[in-house]
Amino acid sequence: MADFEIKDLRASVEGRQILKGVSLAISKGEVHAVMGPNGSGKSTLSHTLMGHPGYTVDGGSVIFKGQNVLELEPDERARLGMFLAFQYPVVVPGISMTNFLRTALNSKRGYDGKDKSKQVTPKEFRSMLKGELEVLHMDDSFLPRYINDGFSGGEKKRAEILQMAMLKPEIAILDETDSGLDIDSIKFVAEAVNRMRGPELGILIITHYTRVLEFIKPDFVHVLVDGKFVLSGGPEIADRLEKTGYAEWGHTEEEPKEVA
Amino acid sequence: MATAPKQIEVGSDYKEKYGFFVPEDYIFKAKRGLNPEIVKEISWMKKEPEWMLNMRLRSLEIFRKKPMPKWGADLSVIDFENIFYYLKASDRQSKTWEDLPPDIKATYDRLGVPEAERKFLAGVSAQYESEVVYHSLQEELTKKGVIFTDTDSALRDYPELFKEYFGTVIPPADNKFSALNTAVWSGGSFIYVPKGVRVEVPLQAYFRINAENMGQFERTLIICDEGSFVHYIEGCTAPIYTTDSLHSAVVEIIVKKNARCRYTTIQNWSTNVFNLVTKRAMAYADATMEWVDGNLGSQITMKYPSVYLMEPGAKGDVLSVAFAGKGQHQDAGGKMIHVAPNTTSTITSKSISKGGGRTSYRGHIKIYPGANNCKSFVKCDALLLDDESRSDTYPYNDVDAENVTLGHEATVSKVSDEQLFYLMSRGIPRAEAETMIVNGFIEPFTKELPLEYAVELNRLIQLEMEGSVG
Repeated sequence: MADFEIKDLRASVEGRQILKGVSLAISKGEVHAVMGPNGSGKSTLSHTLMGHPGYTVDGGSVIFKGQNVLELEPDERARLGMFLAFQYPVVVPGISMTNFLRTALNSKRGYDGKDKSKQVTPKEFRSMLKGELEVLHMDDSFLPRYINDGFSGGEKKRAEILQMAMLKPEIAILDETDSGLDIDSIKFVAEAVNRMRGPELGILIITHYTRVLEFIKPDFVHVLVDGKFVLSGGPEIADRLEKTGYAEWGHTEEEPKEVA
Repeated sequence: MATAPKQIEVGSDYKEKYGFFVPEDYIFKAKRGLNPEIVKEISWMKKEPEWMLNMRLRSLEIFRKKPMPKWGADLSVIDFENIFYYLKASDRQSKTWEDLPPDIKATYDRLGVPEAERKFLAGVSAQYESEVVYHSLQEELTKKGVIFTDTDSALRDYPELFKEYFGTVIPPADNKFSALNTAVWSGGSFIYVPKGVRVEVPLQAYFRINAENMGQFERTLIICDEGSFVHYIEGCTAPIYTTDSLHSAVVEIIVKKNARCRYTTIQNWSTNVFNLVTKRAMAYADATMEWVDGNLGSQITMKYPSVYLMEPGAKGDVLSVAFAGKGQHQDAGGKMIHVAPNTTSTITSKSISKGGGRTSYRGHIKIYPGANNCKSFVKCDALLLDDESRSDTYPYNDVDAENVTLGHEATVSKVSDEQLFYLMSRGIPRAEAETMIVNGFIEPFTKELPLEYAVELNRLIQLEMEGSVG
């Protein structure tokens, strides 16, 4: 059995069914890419997996560490070892990135303000941050800034990967992490993600375009169309999509913008 | 129950040594209600000059004649005849620690307020042992010619300075509660900063605390002479427990040419208190007046710090935060009165309502004829934590001048699902994430506070938030 098993997942948004039975097994050490045209349900998949309140689960299960995570709150999922790198990271005014990162790290470690032995020490925190900032080509100046407030597109995405590096998840979902990034930023982000690859991490990359997959090589590629996987296989599928796009499933590039 | 706090030895040299006003042992029996006899007794006990007695009596007349305000919060439940208008510190101390409501005790525990300090805050002890800090500060101030004392002592020790300014910014007839305060005032702070002197350490009422200082009818007067600077901090984040149901203070500030004054308040009265306060400053040429005003406690607060911009170049700022929980109504805001041209003002108001609490922003921007080229900007943001809570905005603008820039922005929001989901997706539990969002919301206020106050305020919000929203 795989470490993270999505079985027949069905989900809807505002009464409209988007995911129509998605199954996928991810084991740690693997990188899976889910590709699909606009409106195929990619964002619904990532949001449902992490437990966004706007998405309703209509059926199926997601088993991770012996639990059906669909029954857990988003914070419980995160503490279990899941991570979602947001396509559109949210601005939260008044809270510095440092405060956010430290609070998240403490929560992840189960520190609830009482057992000081679980709390991240300032020294440990600084040294963790320093290494990861270098890999992402970020400097300290963004740390006192409010969460994602006034960040450029590239800064937001790098900040997502920084959070991932700090929180060390076992299953990471990267939702359109390459969108809105210039080529240098993609390289920095990919380098950071590749550094984290290894037997302790399973990755699910959700993307429209194949570009990011040139830098983060997937082991498996799945094509999502209209809420279902229509094709699964190895990295060669990405090459095929690079040439023909989603035309063979009746989708052209001039689709209306994806919902949610 | 721990042992009683160590009381300060009060020797005959006490005042000389510490600058405190220690009431002598008068024969005075506290009585409820208000009449000229009570006012005369207050004045007699304080050995005041005749002009002050007359002013008190005149103010009492005005108080009697003025009707209750018909706007703002509901004040009809105040029973003026059932209030002690003057209590000696020793009368106030009749309470014991055991009498305190459990929630107040719990909050002190959670905030980690030191023993001696919490007894003072709870009204169990009349003195708080901060005299050592205060004593060394007082020496520094004296060298610079700064006066920092309680208002009763100031009237006795600096009669001319006192008479020149007292009641000039807020005359007794200004409103019903300023009249009441002028009739029965006791305690409060008096500060005079000489020309060109900058007081780098914030002056805190805390340093010079005794029961009178946090009385019901405090009277504070601050004079910043030309080119000077002072930052005064009133109140504290820990809840102050009192059985007095009415707190009605008056704060008058004069900021002369090129001077700057910042007045920071953290009000956290217990939730039985009606807090009706008049605060006003006069700012002269190129002077700056900043009110940083936080209201957390009380049942009802009505408070609108104001700045009269008297001469060109004057600048006024109000930054206020109100937190209203169950059964609370915070009616707060600010007033900017542009009397002279080329003056600027900003009002930033942040309010949080939860558990059916109510916050109102009430503001007035007045620009007089001839006060051309003025700029004023008002921004009020309200955060509602549940569907039972309420927030209103009452902005009043009167502009009678030309070439004026007036801006107003108001937002009402709830804790956003997107923000909550984002923080929770990082492993932060819901309650903690909500607290972070609320603390983030008031951060523009918190960052203006001295660090220890900011930390305490965040912890207090955390306590208030526990179990509030879901």
